[in-house]
Amino acid sequence: MSEIVKGLESLLAGFHLDVALQPIVAFVIMMAVVFGLLGAAMWLAVRRRWIGRATAAFWLFVSPWIVGFLLFTGGPMVYSLVLSFTHWDLLSPARFAGLANYRQALHDPDVGQAVKVTLLYAVLSVPAQTVLSLAVALLMNVKVSGIHVFRTIWYLPSLVSGVAQTVLFIWVFNPEHGLVNGVLRLLGVEGPKWLFDPDWALPAVVIMSLWTVGGNMIIYLAGLQDIPSELYEAAALDGAGRLRVLWNITIPQISPVIFFNVVTGLIYAMQTFTQGYVITQNGGGPSNSLLFYVVYLYQNAFKFFQMGYASALAWILFLMIMVLTAVVFRGSSFWVYYESQRPQEGRRRVRAK
Amino acid sequence: MSAPSKTMPRARTGRTAPDRRSRHEGTPAARYTALAVLVVGSVVFVYPFLWMIATALRTPEGVSSGGIALWPVQWRWSNFSSGLDSFPFWRYFRNSLLSTLVPVVAVVYSSSLVGFAFARIRARGSHVLFGIVLATLLLPQEVTIVPQFILFKNLDMMNTLWPIIVPTFFGSAFFIFLFRQFYLRLPESLTDAAILDGAGWFRIWWSVYLPLSRPVLIATAVLQFMSYWNNFFQAAIYITDDKWKTLPLALAGFQSVNGTNTPLLMATTVVVTLPCVLIFFLAQRHIIGGISFSGNK
Repeated sequence: MSEIVKGLESLLAGFHLDVALQPIVAFVIMMAVVFGLLGAAMWLAVRRRWIGRATAAFWLFVSPWIVGFLLFTGGPMVYSLVLSFTHWDLLSPARFAGLANYRQALHDPDVGQAVKVTLLYAVLSVPAQTVLSLAVALLMNVKVSGIHVFRTIWYLPSLVSGVAQTVLFIWVFNPEHGLVNGVLRLLGVEGPKWLFDPDWALPAVVIMSLWTVGGNMIIYLAGLQDIPSELYEAAALDGAGRLRVLWNITIPQISPVIFFNVVTGLIYAMQTFTQGYVITQNGGGPSNSLLFYVVYLYQNAFKFFQMGYASALAWILFLMIMVLTAVVFRGSSFWVYYESQRPQEGRRRVRAK
Repeated sequence: MSAPSKTMPRARTGRTAPDRRSRHEGTPAARYTALAVLVVGSVVFVYPFLWMIATALRTPEGVSSGGIALWPVQWRWSNFSSGLDSFPFWRYFRNSLLSTLVPVVAVVYSSSLVGFAFARIRARGSHVLFGIVLATLLLPQEVTIVPQFILFKNLDMMNTLWPIIVPTFFGSAFFIFLFRQFYLRLPESLTDAAILDGAGWFRIWWSVYLPLSRPVLIATAVLQFMSYWNNFFQAAIYITDDKWKTLPLALAGFQSVNGTNTPLLMATTVVVTLPCVLIFFLAQRHIIGGISFSGNK
């Protein structure tokens, strides 16, 4: 592949094309060939009446996604699985290693630490985010004029994300001049060193993650506003109390949304990178207290260039996420309620009569 | 709780008219408690945000004396200009803009095209293929990142913005899903009418469906902008050359370049955040309206 690119580039250099543009023009030429061949194949298939015009149109329309999938997702997945059974430092040719990378990962103390940090973060932050965002959404689900101002205020922090949020919170958690310890000092408490204390660094990052629950809150609000008001009226007629209404109507009705947020939140938390990387780079997270799994993977792949080991780590992460998701899916049948289940049961009963 | 005892008898005796002030809205007392909690919570939430701006306006000495107050005391607006001058801000800004705006346009058009095919063109295998599209949503990007790195290295694209830009031309699974759901809600007769008029599939997409998809188009563009403007993982992998660094990458390394000049750092953070805040306020009403997960009419 790199030979084709090199060849095309030297050809383009012959046309005095700017060096910076050579790689992309070479790539565009290759793509033009691929899509040209695809188009020609479809045209031929329609001419010969092997397939209908609509079918040909469908495959042509989805071809960008298919080519993208093969180039950036499907192909790399297979390749990464193969790589995970090799030793490769990008310089010397790859050597087959069998299960050595996986065995190494099992005994690597840094992997143990990374798994511990990441799982702990997921287990602490996802439930905390869920409870907080749902509680706030419940409070905001009232028809009071000016409520949208509150919604905007709670959503605003979600716009400060990634590096900007991390940089801000390194400052907020600053032991001497930071906001958190400043407030604690007003209350007469001398706060910990937060991100610079191995025991407090992870809790600080969990607190930081709570600052951006606004996005989840919006999703819950939309779900709450979809609950039919007849249910509440019926409950009022039956004389149900506020807690009963919350427990027996609101929570079951919104449980699919909770489920969606928990699953996506979990997958997202397992892939935490920016916070750990940026804080550690700026002197925080002592003694690997913020060594998130993906940070360790990144170091192995792009700092130590251990491509085989990094690929094995990636597949272990994928497996962990799959298992966690499967557990949540398994458990969901106990607490997630789907509206569509009920009428079907009813219909079946009618038919049986 | 006095609320239940007050309304229960009324609900039992006056069966004809259900209590208008339905339960989940609560009694005035409950409502004021909720409001008080919201006010306190809002102060806690917005405080770091405002404090960031206040700190950005202080002198380096004022940082310790200003403490946790929201009043900057010094009003040093020059922090913004000197913050931007202390490192090649405009170069990073240009790189960020390039690696955000091109993907926004690319991902909107490619996802719309693919989503349209899934929603409106009937073909064998389309359901299976759509299942694969959805399945890729669950795939963590770390599994593909090492081979992608090798791919872009072979394409001679290391230390350029291309590895961030190029994949967006092939659509994104989540946005394909959003467009498909949106197009499924439009009446099928649109297609039939266009076919009667002799339009081909490409014309139907380009002149009928695309102009109708403004809400989902805006939602997609905004979501894509936010995620790529803040994109750090990819940038950290592909870009080491200062010439092509983006703003998040530069911000992450700010302290090692400038020491700990906190007001300058906060001023830069404010400027980096500004485009997202602006876009949010401009597109606020479109974001919620454009996203719909159900394909029902």
